[in-house]
Amino acid sequence: MNTPALEHGGPVVEVDGLRVDVVEQGFDIVDEISFQIDAGEVLGLVGESGSGKTTVGLTLMGHTRRGARIARGRILIEGRDILKLRPSELRALRGRTVSYVPQDPASALNPALRIGTQLEETLSAHEFGSSRAERRERLDEMLDEVLLPRDQRFLARYPHQLSGGQQQRVGLAMAFSCRPSVIVLDEPTTGLDVTTQAHVLDTVRDLCSVHRIAALYVSHDLAVVSSLASRVAVMYAGRIVELGPRHELYHAAAHPYARRLIEAIPEISGRHALAGIPGTAPRPGHRSSGCFFTPRCTYAVEQCGREFPPVERVGDDHEVRCYRHDDVLAEATRDRKPAQALGAVAPEEGVIAADRITASYGEREVLHDVSLAVQPQECLALVGESGSGKTTLARCISGLHRDFTGELRLRGEHLAPGARARTLKMRQEIQYVFQSPYGSLNPRRTVGQIVGQPLKLFFDFRRRETEARVLAVLERVAMSPSIADRYPDQLSGGERQRVAIARALVCKPSLLICDEVTSALDVSVQAAIVELLRALQQDMGLTMLFVTHNLPLVRSIAHRVVVMSEGRIVEVGPADRVLDAPEAEYTQKLLANTPTLEAVA
Amino acid sequence: MTTATAPAGPAFISPKQRRPGVVLLLGAWGQARTKIGLGLVILLVGCALIGPLFAPADPTEFVAAPFAEPSADALFGTDNLGRDVLSRFLWGGRSVLSLAILSTLIGVSLGVAIGLVAAYARNVLDDVLMRTMDVILAFPQIVLALVAVATVGPKLWLLVLVVGITTAPRVARVVRGAALDVVERDFVRAAEGIGVSRNKILFGEVLPNVTSPLVVEASLRLTFSIALISALSFLGFGLQPPAADWGLMINENRLGLEIQPWGVVLPVTAIGLLTIGTSLIGDGFSRASIGIQRGARAE
Repeated sequence: MNTPALEHGGPVVEVDGLRVDVVEQGFDIVDEISFQIDAGEVLGLVGESGSGKTTVGLTLMGHTRRGARIARGRILIEGRDILKLRPSELRALRGRTVSYVPQDPASALNPALRIGTQLEETLSAHEFGSSRAERRERLDEMLDEVLLPRDQRFLARYPHQLSGGQQQRVGLAMAFSCRPSVIVLDEPTTGLDVTTQAHVLDTVRDLCSVHRIAALYVSHDLAVVSSLASRVAVMYAGRIVELGPRHELYHAAAHPYARRLIEAIPEISGRHALAGIPGTAPRPGHRSSGCFFTPRCTYAVEQCGREFPPVERVGDDHEVRCYRHDDVLAEATRDRKPAQALGAVAPEEGVIAADRITASYGEREVLHDVSLAVQPQECLALVGESGSGKTTLARCISGLHRDFTGELRLRGEHLAPGARARTLKMRQEIQYVFQSPYGSLNPRRTVGQIVGQPLKLFFDFRRRETEARVLAVLERVAMSPSIADRYPDQLSGGERQRVAIARALVCKPSLLICDEVTSALDVSVQAAIVELLRALQQDMGLTMLFVTHNLPLVRSIAHRVVVMSEGRIVEVGPADRVLDAPEAEYTQKLLANTPTLEAVA
Repeated sequence: MTTATAPAGPAFISPKQRRPGVVLLLGAWGQARTKIGLGLVILLVGCALIGPLFAPADPTEFVAAPFAEPSADALFGTDNLGRDVLSRFLWGGRSVLSLAILSTLIGVSLGVAIGLVAAYARNVLDDVLMRTMDVILAFPQIVLALVAVATVGPKLWLLVLVVGITTAPRVARVVRGAALDVVERDFVRAAEGIGVSRNKILFGEVLPNVTSPLVVEASLRLTFSIALISALSFLGFGLQPPAADWGLMINENRLGLEIQPWGVVLPVTAIGLLTIGTSLIGDGFSRASIGIQRGARAE
């Protein structure tokens, strides 16, 4: 095995003062990016969407997305400045010396070619090995390394015949196949179930340490990154604001943003209250002078608005860009608000009762004999991995899925399958908030029209009354009335989800179904939405069915938890009991595989 | 359920703080081709609409000998019967334009309704509707039109109807294709969940989201309708003599093409420029709508 790090000494990857610009407008997407990665080390690059983390990841291959270009800086890979390479040299570098694992393996694999063909192609494209036999041998070795079967039947399959986890393993096999010295992993586990994610992370960790590969792990998920990386860089609005060993970052983050980010991450232990970060990060081209976090920062002083803080060392290998890092560090570490207990719920006849529901999609049965009841003013979490049937159950209740048998009752009254078959009152009482706010709001309607639509349908208000109610409910979800005239694509993801929640709330529902409402959002936004839902639940006595795959989130919001697996309920109980002392084997496995920051600590 | 993430695009385009429809219009206007197309269309529609006011003579009045050369009395000479070519040209645009616009309107309305219903039905109705459309599509538009006119006779209403009906399947295909993707989106589920009626979902939720391809297709269909209507009147199935009509003029004067070409050249140029104009506008919208999709992805 070649150990290039030894050949030139020093770190394998050295990025210095990197800046990437938008070609047309000339403003920067990222700037002043500097970091190093040693052989065998995993550096985590964490940031929320739009922070420029993927842009940085791509530059290690000398690549930028269309419309962007590397404007300044040096990128040394094994001591060679890759920005000075000729196109042919750069092509040879990509895949051979530096390889890349994209976020979505399904779109990275060619759907028309067999897995075996694609894997061999990578090797032959880089002229790995001298003969076909040698490449075949390497292929088998690779499959072993990523824990995929090495038989011909598997290699003859097409990408769509593999599961998401297997597809990502094929992606890993391709990336590791030519024994690169640097690998860039761009959120490779986003979209995978926790169990699959845990396996993929293990594989990456082993391969990087065994083969002494320098890895850059790009992710929005601090918990995932911390389970893998020894050092973590936190990006905000195109700058690295803090870079340090993961333990130090977790216990004593010196940048206010890093701290707030950690506070936004739900913990399984549920010791601390979730706290979102108000406001949004400035987009490229809209960044003012001074520290970009200033408008959202509780530590901000006048100096912060004038000039971007320089890099300062606060420990071995720990750098931060904040004028007030001493004050941030002086505050008791981990001084976080303890979680508030949720109010107790008296057992009563459920608001909604599902009795022996068996649902199918065509021939395929996805729910088998499931029964549950949601108590008034209770938040019931429905937890499970993909394919567990949790969304199907929620859709049956909401009337969006009609193909089921069994009985649904709304306060004792029979609920017909399918929303159209239900009375106006029933439809008004059960409201549904969808997973992705990018799809659930009609892009051709204003926020005011979107929120006003159910009002027009359910209530016979005058126009003034409708408008007043729309504005009132927008205020309830902490949105300014001025957004009523805006279109959804002028709003951020978090704002859109607030609008979707407002559309449900305006109906004064007896049951609010939240289907994975935070999974499309950044953690700091997720925390804010959960805070909002929790406040609504307590202030208005909302009854809620909270569908999620995110176990740590459950304690922050739910009274009781229903754990589902493969269309069946495997465990039901109070949230604290299920998370602290899970009884079902499946729940235990799920908990064990969930990456958490606490595990790092 | 896969974790949905915000759609991230390759380009860095700052989002415009405007209504989507306005963005499309501005995007189309921003292209030279749209401006040229609009200029051509305005010129020729202007000719057709207010041209008769400036006609030096009555279109059916005999002013000189047949196929007379251009002179001070008849700027572009006379036609096969000795009528003023310019006057007949200025009068002759109305029929082509109004028939083409009317039949396109019928075709687009029918096509939109069929396309939306088919896309939303997701059952056997979809197949029945679309296969019926395929049958109509199997015959060239002009053949169906000729069969109809030859059977019933050269009636203007029949012309409009048959061109409209044969236009509908083409619009329906485009609308259905665009709507298939829209009907699967969650805002349609949300509307279903609260019990919004089917028609309101189709025309209130889905239709506004397929306007870009629809505008492009409608202008393309208008181009084809103009050509088709002109062809039919050239063949003698449109307006009947002695009425003035561009298509008819070409037919009447083609015998004298070598002696007095203006009777043919004027209407041919007009029809040609008009179709080029409408298709340039359509092309401008089509390019603008691609830009919109890119912008939406980048957001």
